[in-house]
Amino acid sequence: MNHMIIAPVILPALMAPLLGYVMRHDVALARRASFAATALLVAVSLYLVSLTVDGATHVYRLGDWPAPFGIVLVLDRLSALMVSVTSILALIVLWHAVATRWDESGRHFHALFQFQLMGIGGAFLTGDIFNLFVFFEVLLIASYGLMIHGGGRDRMRAGLQYVVMNLAGSTLFLFALGVLYASTGTLNIADLALRLQEIPAEEAALVRVAAVLLMVVFAVKAALFPVQFWLPGTYSNAPAPVAALFAIMTKVGAYAILRVHTVVFGPDVAATQGAVDAWLFPGAIVTIAIGALGVLGARRIMPLIAFSVVGSMGTLMLAVAAFTPEASTAALYYMVHSTFAAAALFLLADLLVARRGDGSLAVLPATAQNGLFAALFFGGAVAMAGMPPLSGFLGKLLVLDAVRAPDMIAVSWSAVLAGSLVTIVGFARAGSILFWKSTVVAAVVPAQDAEPAEAPALAGPTQVAPVMATLGLLTALSVFAGPAAAYFEQASMQLHDASGYVDAVLGEGNTGKPHADAGGGH
Amino acid sequence: MEFVVASAVGVLTAGGVYLILRLRAFPVILGLALLSYAVNVFLFASGRLVINAPPVLSKYGDATYTDPLPQALVLTAIVISFGMTAVLVMIALAAYLEAEDDRINMDDGQAEQEAGEPRP
Repeated sequence: MNHMIIAPVILPALMAPLLGYVMRHDVALARRASFAATALLVAVSLYLVSLTVDGATHVYRLGDWPAPFGIVLVLDRLSALMVSVTSILALIVLWHAVATRWDESGRHFHALFQFQLMGIGGAFLTGDIFNLFVFFEVLLIASYGLMIHGGGRDRMRAGLQYVVMNLAGSTLFLFALGVLYASTGTLNIADLALRLQEIPAEEAALVRVAAVLLMVVFAVKAALFPVQFWLPGTYSNAPAPVAALFAIMTKVGAYAILRVHTVVFGPDVAATQGAVDAWLFPGAIVTIAIGALGVLGARRIMPLIAFSVVGSMGTLMLAVAAFTPEASTAALYYMVHSTFAAAALFLLADLLVARRGDGSLAVLPATAQNGLFAALFFGGAVAMAGMPPLSGFLGKLLVLDAVRAPDMIAVSWSAVLAGSLVTIVGFARAGSILFWKSTVVAAVVPAQDAEPAEAPALAGPTQVAPVMATLGLLTALSVFAGPAAAYFEQASMQLHDASGYVDAVLGEGNTGKPHADAGGGH
Repeated sequence: MEFVVASAVGVLTAGGVYLILRLRAFPVILGLALLSYAVNVFLFASGRLVINAPPVLSKYGDATYTDPLPQALVLTAIVISFGMTAVLVMIALAAYLEAEDDRINMDDGQAEQEAGEPRP
């Protein structure tokens, strides 16, 4: 057992209380510690990726209890990839939050930030479905604190709505787990996969209920139609760095669907065949449409970006819904891309709104750095809408290639292509209002006796650097698309090889024979 | 026994869903509490209903026992839902004090319009 596997959970879990209790009066110290912990997390996650390159599935048994009885963490290519995407995004977002002093606008930003990382890392690593619930709660309770960071009327109301929505979702999660435990007697993902194969199709009513309930719970997180309605209000009212970090939260839902509905309720499991993908596919199509129309109709900057996140989740779930290794490769590529694209746009919007003093898409006098912001917005919009040369284009191309089975090509291609077109129009409209029309409006000349209004400070290099870094990552993702796609392809092959996962977790000998009755004889 | 437990879960869930749909902060909090009670009872039942049996195996022969795992799950769920309810009450209170309005749903047009007005 390699103890580094649990480091993405332990490291933030130790850091957060230290930040919250010991360093809460010393902002400079808290910033340094938070940076150090997040940078260390990046190093750890890259080491974990290097562990998985050879294709091995590493299992970490907590307390060294054997697999179906104790909780396990499972490190394979997919979970290592997700943890490293999270940590890199976290480092960029943290930089932005410190450079723009968002972390000073309320208390305990850094502690909540670390708890958030702990929950996300744990959710990606765990191999036990009840433990997944617990990590969901950890990441949610930290996200409630981050969501209302800084306070304010609209933010508090949006935060309340977000909390209520997620508490209802958590209850549903527990109902699904109860049904699953009642019908299989286990909550270990690998063990569930074994037991479900033994359930004949005619006795599978309860298991099908559990599969669909779990899909609904994960769809709430992934903002999939018809449970996407919380996302625009939440993301557009959250502090911008938090919204950028939340870009990975929707991916936690997508990851959970990928993991649970391939390993446990896989396509070859008779009991749950067709129970999930029949709903996921139309849901993804409608989500793309909602996202595109929202981008076109938005009247403020933050909702515009939030709706583009909804649209990208629709495209992502379209690839996930196919449940084939090729489609999952496309989904992973698009998942990494859309996380960083959304983060870049949210961070840029924060810089822009802070200088315009108004978040609406209205014609206002141009900011001092109009050209710089316009260029960055152009880059982010190109990435999000999926135009060449950035990685959004390659990602959408991979998704289109993956969903061209004859029975779905008509609907899926029209949805993705029309959705991209409407998104491009929406971003072009927003960009021309924000950056072009504003150059023809003369700045309001202050009356002579009035005090000259203090011009907002220019965005310094440290404040622009996080946006640049995110766009740089997107460029790298398209330049090195070959090696990246090769890794994603191996990750999705490993994901769809459910028996490899089960062998690694339960040990080679256990997979053939049915288990003894739960509780009996152990 | 089965009927009592099943109808308890059903009535609690129905009451919880009804209260959540009221979309005002206080009924919604009560509704979520009822839902979490319902799910706790439901989780108990997922280990089969056994009366008067210890949740441990007996080494002195085949004594009946009840499945201990759902009890551990319920304990975890109770702790989490208790903490979450506390957080929810605090956030609901703060939102009410900020907005002087306890509705859960946000009317975006209204919010934008009012955001332009000076705040007290």
